[in-house]
Amino acid sequence: MRDDVAIEINDLTVAYREQPVLWDVDLTVPAGVLMAIVGPNGAGKTTLIKSVLGLLKPAAGRILVHGRPYREQRRLVAYVPQRGTVDWDFPTNVLDVVQMGRYGALGWVRRTGRREREQALAALEQVDMVDYADRQISQLSGGQQQRVFLARALVQDARVYLMDEPFQGVDAKTERAIVTVLQSLREAGNTVVVVHHALQTVPEYFDWVTLLNVRLITAGPVAEVFTGENLRVTYGGRVPFHGSMPPVSQEQL
Amino acid sequence: MNPLALLVPDYTLRVVALGAGMLGLVAGALGCFAVLRRQSLLGDAISHAALPGIVLAFLLTGAKNPLVLVLGAALAGWLGTLVVTLIVRHSRLPADSALGIVLSVFFGAGLVLLTWVQQMPTAAQAGLDTFLFGQAATMLAGDVVVITTLGSIALLAVAVFWKEFKLLTFDPEYGATQGLPMRSIDILLTTFLVIAIVIGLQTVGVVLMSALVIAPAAAARQWTDSLGVMVLLAAGFGAIAGVGGALLSGAAEHMPTGPTIVLSAMVLVMLSVSFAPRRGLVWDAVQRRRQRQQLRTDAVLADLHELAQHHKGAHAHDVTVLQMMRGSRTDVPRALGVLRSRGLADRDAAGGWYITEAGRDEITRPGGAGHGDEHGH
Amino acid sequence: MTKSRARAVQAMETSMAIELEIQLVAVVVAVACALSGVFLVLRRMALMSDAISHTVLLGIVLAFFLVRDITSPFLIAGAAATGVATVWLVELLRRTQRLREDAAIGLVFTALFSVAVILISRYAGSVHLDTDAVLLGEIAFAPFRRLEVNGLDLGPRTLWVMGGVLGLNVGFIALFYKELKLSTFDPGLAAALGFSPVLLHYAFMTLVSVTAVGAFDAVGSILVVALMIAPPATAYLLAESLRRMLLLSVAIAAAAALLGFWFAWIVDASIAGSMTSAAGVLFLAAFLLAPHRGIVAVQRRRRRQRWEFARLMLAIHLLHHEDTAASATENHEDHLGAHLRWDARFAQRVIREAEEEGLLRRSPSGVLHLTDQGRLAATQAMQV
Repeated sequence: MRDDVAIEINDLTVAYREQPVLWDVDLTVPAGVLMAIVGPNGAGKTTLIKSVLGLLKPAAGRILVHGRPYREQRRLVAYVPQRGTVDWDFPTNVLDVVQMGRYGALGWVRRTGRREREQALAALEQVDMVDYADRQISQLSGGQQQRVFLARALVQDARVYLMDEPFQGVDAKTERAIVTVLQSLREAGNTVVVVHHALQTVPEYFDWVTLLNVRLITAGPVAEVFTGENLRVTYGGRVPFHGSMPPVSQEQL
Repeated sequence: MNPLALLVPDYTLRVVALGAGMLGLVAGALGCFAVLRRQSLLGDAISHAALPGIVLAFLLTGAKNPLVLVLGAALAGWLGTLVVTLIVRHSRLPADSALGIVLSVFFGAGLVLLTWVQQMPTAAQAGLDTFLFGQAATMLAGDVVVITTLGSIALLAVAVFWKEFKLLTFDPEYGATQGLPMRSIDILLTTFLVIAIVIGLQTVGVVLMSALVIAPAAAARQWTDSLGVMVLLAAGFGAIAGVGGALLSGAAEHMPTGPTIVLSAMVLVMLSVSFAPRRGLVWDAVQRRRQRQQLRTDAVLADLHELAQHHKGAHAHDVTVLQMMRGSRTDVPRALGVLRSRGLADRDAAGGWYITEAGRDEITRPGGAGHGDEHGH
Repeated sequence: MTKSRARAVQAMETSMAIELEIQLVAVVVAVACALSGVFLVLRRMALMSDAISHTVLLGIVLAFFLVRDITSPFLIAGAAATGVATVWLVELLRRTQRLREDAAIGLVFTALFSVAVILISRYAGSVHLDTDAVLLGEIAFAPFRRLEVNGLDLGPRTLWVMGGVLGLNVGFIALFYKELKLSTFDPGLAAALGFSPVLLHYAFMTLVSVTAVGAFDAVGSILVVALMIAPPATAYLLAESLRRMLLLSVAIAAAAALLGFWFAWIVDASIAGSMTSAAGVLFLAAFLLAPHRGIVAVQRRRRRQRWEFARLMLAIHLLHHEDTAASATENHEDHLGAHLRWDARFAQRVIREAEEEGLLRRSPSGVLHLTDQGRLAATQAMQV
């Protein structure tokens, strides 16, 4: 178990049919950073975090979370997916969704109780949604939905947080609120990895950044690595892998 | 003396009603998960896929023992869902095509087995009839016991694995990241759905069993925003449809039980979709109409207020003036009537309208009528 | 319907080549269904065929109540109309936003079917409106119901009816090929271009209903579903273009019809059931063995890719350490495993394969050296 490196990725290659979506990615994410993953559409950003989470099977490579394989470390990793992955017309309320973050810890059959309820309320407090605890989830705005997903992750009491485009389609106030939570997570010594789509806010929100376009372009502290030259290389529309194949589209991911 | 016997004196009818009610209850409860996962037609596929299983079970055991046939049906149905999942996971075919293939091909294979085994087309038809349309009228107490036992097991499973099934239905991917074996949970849920369906095949038949999986759940969804309440309601609706349909078909002439049960369930769906509070269509329409009326009266009141402010002298104004301000599409007299009944406006001896003190307060208070839009809409 | 029964009836008639006629009908039915089915599958409306195949019973019943003649062609019109009505009702329910599309389909068809069965039981019990026939069909009877004009025997009636339906399908698809293609893959664009996808949709569903009704006579409603979905789905796994998919569907449908017929004839089982099963077998074959999409091909590709990527990574690793001081150890075959975190056996195999591919050569000391070809491959792979 390593304390200083949150995620270690070696030679990660993920293929979709004949084309690599991620090719030979070597990435070391130090513990305690708030890191953005940026890159053009089809760069493999979502694929990268899904691979870390074991949701995708790589063609090659190895991933360690705090020094051990992800399988052994699930309790340490919390996932905040894109909002669109779920049907929000499901009959349930906000508190219930947040409590789902404790299902893994409870294990089979055991029910949620007062303890889980209190933990959920505390998480909702953190994202400023505690007044909405009884609200039906279909009545939530985009920003509110995002905060509910964040609360669900907070309840897991993890050390590493992986988020997929949390600021997509969210109002400015919510965005600020979420960033504040992420920063406080970092202050507490956790590692936060965010797939981010808006380049202009990277220097403001994050201290570490990974530039990705099928291959790893570069990764490191924002001040050092987030340069015009590197961005040009990342977004330059270069064709990945065997020369003549077009980049993989977002839908195929 | 059995109290039920007082309500339904006819023994056979009692048995059928009980069996059908139990059936509806179980199918309703489990159907909630299928409907929420957008797998409503999985029930249809399972029902059809069960045929080869029934025939093989009969072939291998030579007996028309209901439990054995149910087992055969369950295995075939289960296999069918497995094939659907495999097709969806490993090819680019969409789910509906996969369901259609399994539904028809399994059924066709069952047909081949049936005719090959029976060799006598008339016998084949007779056996098929009961499978397709059910033979509820000849249900025995033993059948009811089988239905109740297996059904209870399925319901118990839902209670025990409640949070697992809920998570599977809502966000399986997230569940996987928590280390929960979502695929196994999926298989578990599907297994109990298969059980819920095959116990009903001999009663309501293939075509109609899928209705019992969908209708109670669809109806229940209209009444509540909580999954637990939805499942309970769906079970209730299913039971009502089952018992009601059975009794109705018993009372009337030439009303086959299966279809009557299905139509009873349909009635429940239509009533729910129309009249349920908050989600119901009628409710919705009433709400919207009320809102529109509110907007109208607010607008007329605002007009009265504006007139009062601009014409310090003449306080009361004729209806036509107000009508001109609002445009011909608004029913101004009616709005004025409402305002008058609420004390916000009044009429003087000459028939002119003016705004009252209370009306003025209403305009000026925050959140009141004056804070809508002005002329226009 | 089985061979033994057909033969029994044949004994009373003197028709020639009964097998030929049945096969002809079977192929025509299968092909007509497959053509409609291609667009059902692509438009994700496969289960509409299931729904329509059940609701047409109501159409037939209502039409029967109007004309009181079981052999009237008006029945077919009634059935076809219910097909459109089904689509319309499902759409209506869906638009209330209270029900999902799949639930709407399930509710509509079971409700209409139930009404039909009840009507039959109550009011038409005396007339033999055979629900079994609707659901299961009697294809082997086809040769015995002949079309006679002026006393001239023109062949099985079903053949003429389905031939007409087939013609309709071919005509419709040929006429509206571009529009069908566009509205299937990009309905937004189709609407923007000015022609109504909605109108086309209803016209198409009318065609599907007519096809389904015509086919019921031969193979029954449930198996119409199989013929409409399975051959196009099989073709979907094999084809890369719409044209290809249509052609393949036709070929596969015909094959299923013939294979099914002969199996049923030899084993003396249900012809319709056999045709369906044959379609299923062909689907299974494509599912497993299709060139790029088949399971076997996919597994093979995955395995091949794993080794391919490993070889390239090896080449890249060699490239990185070629001119460094530590190259003697870094590029030594025994240490590679440690650096790349490969176990010894895996590493050995990758090295061997890379050597065979001409990417590197082994020196006597055990150090690996990139060849020009290997250097080229590594540099290219690193090009992003």
